[in-house]
Amino acid sequence: MTEAAPMVAQSNSATAQPEAMTWDSKQRRVVMLYVPLACFVLILLFPFYWMAITAFKPNAELYDYNTYNPFWIGSPTLDHLKHLLFGTAYPRWLLTTMGVAVASTFISLFASTLAAYAIQRLRFKGSQYVGLGIYLAYLVPPSILFIPLATIVYQLGLFDTPFALILTFPTFLIPFCTWLLIGYFKSIPYELEECALIDGATRLQILRRITLPLAVPGLISAGIFSFTLSWNEFIYSLAFIQSSEKKTVPVAILTELVTGDVYQWGALMAGSLLGSLPVAIFYSFFVDYYVSSLTGAVKE
Amino acid sequence: MATVGINNVRKAFGATQILHGVSVDIADGEFVVLVGPSGCGKSTLLRMLAGLENITAGEISISGRVVNNVAPKDRDIAMVFQNYALYPHMTVRDNMAFSMMLAGAPKEVIDAEVGKAAGILGLGELLHRYPRQLSGGQRQRVAMGRAIVRQPQVFLFDEPLSNLDAKLRVQMRAEIKELHQRLKVTTVYVTHDQIEAMTMADKIVVMNGGNIEQIGAPLELYDRPANLFVAGFIGSPAMNLLKGTPTSGGFETEGGAVLPMPAGVQGTPGWYGVRPEHFLLQPEGGIPAVVVLVEPTGSETQVLVRIGDSTLTCAFRERISAGPGDVISIAPDLALVHLFDAGSGRRLSA
Repeated sequence: MTEAAPMVAQSNSATAQPEAMTWDSKQRRVVMLYVPLACFVLILLFPFYWMAITAFKPNAELYDYNTYNPFWIGSPTLDHLKHLLFGTAYPRWLLTTMGVAVASTFISLFASTLAAYAIQRLRFKGSQYVGLGIYLAYLVPPSILFIPLATIVYQLGLFDTPFALILTFPTFLIPFCTWLLIGYFKSIPYELEECALIDGATRLQILRRITLPLAVPGLISAGIFSFTLSWNEFIYSLAFIQSSEKKTVPVAILTELVTGDVYQWGALMAGSLLGSLPVAIFYSFFVDYYVSSLTGAVKE
Repeated sequence: MATVGINNVRKAFGATQILHGVSVDIADGEFVVLVGPSGCGKSTLLRMLAGLENITAGEISISGRVVNNVAPKDRDIAMVFQNYALYPHMTVRDNMAFSMMLAGAPKEVIDAEVGKAAGILGLGELLHRYPRQLSGGQRQRVAMGRAIVRQPQVFLFDEPLSNLDAKLRVQMRAEIKELHQRLKVTTVYVTHDQIEAMTMADKIVVMNGGNIEQIGAPLELYDRPANLFVAGFIGSPAMNLLKGTPTSGGFETEGGAVLPMPAGVQGTPGWYGVRPEHFLLQPEGGIPAVVVLVEPTGSETQVLVRIGDSTLTCAFRERISAGPGDVISIAPDLALVHLFDAGSGRRLSA
């Protein structure tokens, strides 16, 4: 797109439209493209910048903006990081969060793949309504759902265990992933499956050998969504986990690093920074698949 | 190889009737083409034969065995789809070997069979490529190769050439026909292109609106169309069909032209049909016709003429020197005139 635009402008200018030259002039590009883009990037990245510098600022600089420049670090320190890693159960929280996110992502992907395939391809009686029902379930806010879920979790004896989260996260992950995958399965030509049916494949073989390999971008983006949502989940983690060492990162940094009314800003920000790294790394690996699943279909 | 029996088959999607009881008998090794305009039910019938659609009523049998409730994989058929349906994530070899891999055939057997099919279709060099790396014609060949490897009793083709350009279509048409002559496998081929039907078929089934209009050999359909629909559908350029009434002087069309009637016609014709090539240039005693358009194709010349208010297409082997506005004298070859009943549209035999 970006390559094509100047060419179009040039060809227009050649056909007796001198003002067309100005359309793609450098100044115009700066005003119309780079300045808005720069503002956008600045606003988007500023919280991360703030988080990063706060994590490495000594307390003296952190609490005295009159003497020190609030936007820069005078003498960086690793004290907050050290406190976080060795003075708190942060590594444990990180591990719990990772385990919960991975497990609930896998459970959700497995269930929603089967659900989406059945709704989209098997076309059983009422499949449309089942699809709609799953979507409606997604619309129920967790802030309402966590009360009845808490009762169930307690009765199953899962309270204060990671399974309380692993089994409740799919309640909002499965509807979302199912809908995403229904859309993706729809883009895979149905003839491929009919052809496989004639070739002698069973439904499960078709799913495993034809549909799923073609739906990899869809599966990856569903996986990324699930992982991110699980990683950042707050309300269930707050409600279903009580012991300090079993908490997940988002809940733990809020409940354990704010003592009374004292906010340990340095440790809080260091915790947030470390906590956002896995998701950022995860995204960076699969960004191509992610984009293609949202924009493109299966190409033969 | 096998016979195929389609006996009073009906298909309905909800309240919509797609097929109203069709029956076709296909002999062993025969090449049958189902042809008709879009929406006539020909693809649905093929898909029912493949087992991809349920049969609402009636019976389909392959080799004498009723297959109404038999799964597609157990019908011993192979199908080539309109968009080829090649598995995009598999190489040509894997595409062709897929059915055998599912059946658990040993690798040596698979390699031998794939190699044989690739040899027949000239795909040897392409076995390690992916479908996206192939041209339209090559993809078409892979789709056929996949069908051949299975050594089915019946080949099913669903408009396999409609995604190809005109030149390649003619070439692939010949290849499919040649393949059929070599393998002698019973084949059912669906197309909306009557030229494809005429050139490839041993037997053509003309369908329209969920019914069969006529079944017959290509030239039988051409020479003796059973009704107005077949008369208009088979043949290119299409037959001239003129509505009118028989009078003492001949057949008077609604446009006011009077055409000579063949002798001994039973019944009262309401339609008069002549194929463009069955008009003769006849300087003596012909019907004067005003030339509207002259289209020389080299081998013949198509001339659009007007007699009264009726416009007719003629095709002459002779070179024509007349131009638009000139008057030429023509006459239909009376032995090759077709007459159809006014009400039912059925052919009236002379």
